[in-house]
Amino acid sequence: MSSSTVNVGAATVVRRKRLTVKPTMILGIGIVATALLMAIFPSLFATHDPNKFDYGAILQAPSAAHWFGTDNFGRDVFSRVVHGARTDLQIALFTTLFPFIFGTLIGALTGYFGRWLDAIFGRIVDVVMVFPFLILVIAIVAMLGPGLKNMFIAVSIVGWVYYARLVRGETIVQKRSDYVSAAKVMGYSPTRVVFRHIFPNAVTPAVVYWMTDMSLGILLGASLGYLGLGAQPPTAEWGVMVADGKNFMTTAPWISTFPGLVLTAVGVGFSLVGDGLADILRPK
Amino acid sequence: MNRWAYLLARILQMIPTLVVIMILVFALVRLLPGNPAVAILGDRVTDEAVARVNQELGLDKPLPMQFWIFFNRVIRGDLGESINLKMAVTRLIGDRLPITLFLTAYAGLLAAVMAIPMAVLSALKRGTWIDNLIRAVFQIGLSLPVFYVSLQLLTVFGAQLRWFPVGGIGPTPASNFYFLFLPALSLGFYMAAILMRSLRASILEVLTSDYVSFARAKGIRPRLVLTRHVLRNAMISTVTLFGLSIGQLMGGAVITETVFAIPGVGRLMVDAIFGRDYAVVQGLTLAFAVVIMVIFLLTDLAYTVLDPRTKVA
Amino acid sequence: MTSAEPLLSIRNLNTTFHTNRGPLHAVRNVNFDLQPGEVLGIVGESGSGKSVTLRSILRLFQPPTQVRGEIFWKGEDVLKASRRRMLQVTGAEISMIFQEPMTALNPVLTVGSQILESLNAHEGLRGAAAVTRATELLELVGIPSPRERLAAYPHEFSGGMRQRAMIAIALASSPQLLLADEPTTALDVTIQDQILKLILSLREKLNMSVILVTHDLGVIAQTCDRVAVMYAGKLVELAPVRNLFTEPKHAYTVGLRLSLPEGGDSRQPLQPIPGSPPDVTNLPRGCAFAPRCAYVTDACREAEPELVQTSEGHLTACIHHAKLPVFGDGKA
Repeated sequence: MSSSTVNVGAATVVRRKRLTVKPTMILGIGIVATALLMAIFPSLFATHDPNKFDYGAILQAPSAAHWFGTDNFGRDVFSRVVHGARTDLQIALFTTLFPFIFGTLIGALTGYFGRWLDAIFGRIVDVVMVFPFLILVIAIVAMLGPGLKNMFIAVSIVGWVYYARLVRGETIVQKRSDYVSAAKVMGYSPTRVVFRHIFPNAVTPAVVYWMTDMSLGILLGASLGYLGLGAQPPTAEWGVMVADGKNFMTTAPWISTFPGLVLTAVGVGFSLVGDGLADILRPK
Repeated sequence: MNRWAYLLARILQMIPTLVVIMILVFALVRLLPGNPAVAILGDRVTDEAVARVNQELGLDKPLPMQFWIFFNRVIRGDLGESINLKMAVTRLIGDRLPITLFLTAYAGLLAAVMAIPMAVLSALKRGTWIDNLIRAVFQIGLSLPVFYVSLQLLTVFGAQLRWFPVGGIGPTPASNFYFLFLPALSLGFYMAAILMRSLRASILEVLTSDYVSFARAKGIRPRLVLTRHVLRNAMISTVTLFGLSIGQLMGGAVITETVFAIPGVGRLMVDAIFGRDYAVVQGLTLAFAVVIMVIFLLTDLAYTVLDPRTKVA
Repeated sequence: MTSAEPLLSIRNLNTTFHTNRGPLHAVRNVNFDLQPGEVLGIVGESGSGKSVTLRSILRLFQPPTQVRGEIFWKGEDVLKASRRRMLQVTGAEISMIFQEPMTALNPVLTVGSQILESLNAHEGLRGAAAVTRATELLELVGIPSPRERLAAYPHEFSGGMRQRAMIAIALASSPQLLLADEPTTALDVTIQDQILKLILSLREKLNMSVILVTHDLGVIAQTCDRVAVMYAGKLVELAPVRNLFTEPKHAYTVGLRLSLPEGGDSRQPLQPIPGSPPDVTNLPRGCAFAPRCAYVTDACREAEPELVQTSEGHLTACIHHAKLPVFGDGKA
């Protein structure tokens, strides 16, 4: 499929480039898919029970028996990392889904209708953006109590703002563009203009951002996990694992290092997918 | 409208936002579970003791009244006293905020030092292995958690190689360039990744523009073309991005301060939230808000200076 | 016509871009000379290679784009010159102005600093001396209040004034050759006229040669001494301006001529050239204009015609030049 020209009568006006998928995007998809598999079928990958203490085998370096070594309770680090995938991917999804949906909706509405709607939400967005994201989330989690569920709530309360701002900006640009004027001249009703024309184009950057946001979400979840505010033991979560190993960095660095590497890799995977999407959906 | 008038107008615009923030902070802190009086008294809770502490802290008055008292105090610079640390909040902030600001600024500096040359190199050598390598490295940098980098740097360069201290701050401000190097580096790496991407994209865009071709057609030396024409224009959007991202840097400072045991406001905030230290939470939130709003303002001003096309109206 | 040594001599110029879809020969075997003080026009449609020719002269292309052939500037082949020598020539002996002054001038630098940049680099002027010279230049191109305007930014000028400012920058080192790439295309017709008159007066005052690239025959008629016509990267006709209009010797030029509106008594309908511009990455065998030509025969499709001389100073690459119509003398 080659780049198509604007066609106001058709359903979508999103112009697509030839569908050339970058090799990095394929790598990203591969990483995410692997993580997904590990999350759904951990028993396929894990070599041991992630929660089983084995005091006879504590702090062992990586070996054939324990690929990533063992921690100070004798737990197999590799199996814990595999089981952590489920937790961290859940984090990726639940910290971003609500902000994406709610933020996009608000952004589209305020961008299109403007005026008092824009004034109110605009103010809220401004105020929220003044604070460092992490600190706000920590504050809310502290209020509600530590734990994954509260973390999701906290991030959702604050995170929608970024999507709203993005989509609002795009909507305003789309609103003023030529093809919308053309559509109006053709007598299309406002609802139709919004849903079939403006919306698809304004939402595209939000979808792209969603991918990178998932990478950020994992980072955030892990950071909170590290601070003790996110996933609680015995749930395996990569950030918590890094924290667990921090006192053993000189004696048994593998406890923190492997979860950290996997964390980074999955984050990279999501951003690569996001970048690839951005390239494909770029309107040029 | 000239620049000073614009500046004044912007400062005045900040005030309503500040008031809204004060209201929100006031409300938020009151929502924290747990009665502060009970928290203070600990074991010695009795009804009359609670009532007495409530009265002392002014918690028995109606909410709007409490807010009015709060508002008045704030304007006078009295942010209350820390329950847990037994110090005036203003003094606490005064001691620690400069440290966090220094750390953040230092991180920003290191980020710029890392990002700018790499972005130029990557853009000029677009498509080559150098470009791909640089982009790959910074791509990883985007996903490296700050706590992980901090931990690794601390372990390798602090504990094992002993090139740097394992935390804390230095005796003199100048010595902090040494003491805070590792924390600033771990904070800065993420920021560098963000800046590098943006700058590289800007440079690539600017390289194809007419005015760069025209500058070359004037027979200007390539290095001058690069600095005066390419970078000068490409930096504009990156500088603005930098200013807007300072908030993220300060958030990351929380983590770095925790790992490296630095007495800054990041750690203070986390401790205060857990310790139900209302006054500190309130005061700090306001301090953060003011600092970041000032930075936003400076960024906007910088933008009008850098790009003469913007109308200061 | 003086038999002076030509100022500029282009021999077998070939410029090839490397795109995703393969090599693009934008300029193919172009040859021409330029005399001192002459205004040479290059006319053609978009994609004909005319702008690329200008930029090749100044070696503005970076690898992997290839520029081959010989470009003799005052006897020296600049295509083989060192980078340092090129920096001396570019902007000083040969200057170029672009089509769109709004994008060609750096938006964040004042016009004055952009002039001073050239003065610094080539004349070694600094400080007060440089500012004086810059003011003179702005005055030369007809910008009022030149001293104050030095501190202004490009977006603070109107379209015509911006173009004048660009010309002032180009003239900083009194070049002997001015390359003008569609200098009036982006301007209103009245401003267009002013700029063209300015260029001509500068040619007089500074004894400068000009190569003017345009797609507008009207501009050619107004300003040029000689004209080169380019099509699909090749030079297809070269003639003194009068001859080009009265006796075009290439089917393409005839087509261009016929698509010019003519005022006066004869109200003939405009005849656009049929067909679409050629795809330079995929040219047919033989003459590139053949698919759209009204005079085409099989011989045209055999091989690309070479340039032949039909009369004094008139070259054409059309094998049917003798059959082409002749136009009236000096009509409006």
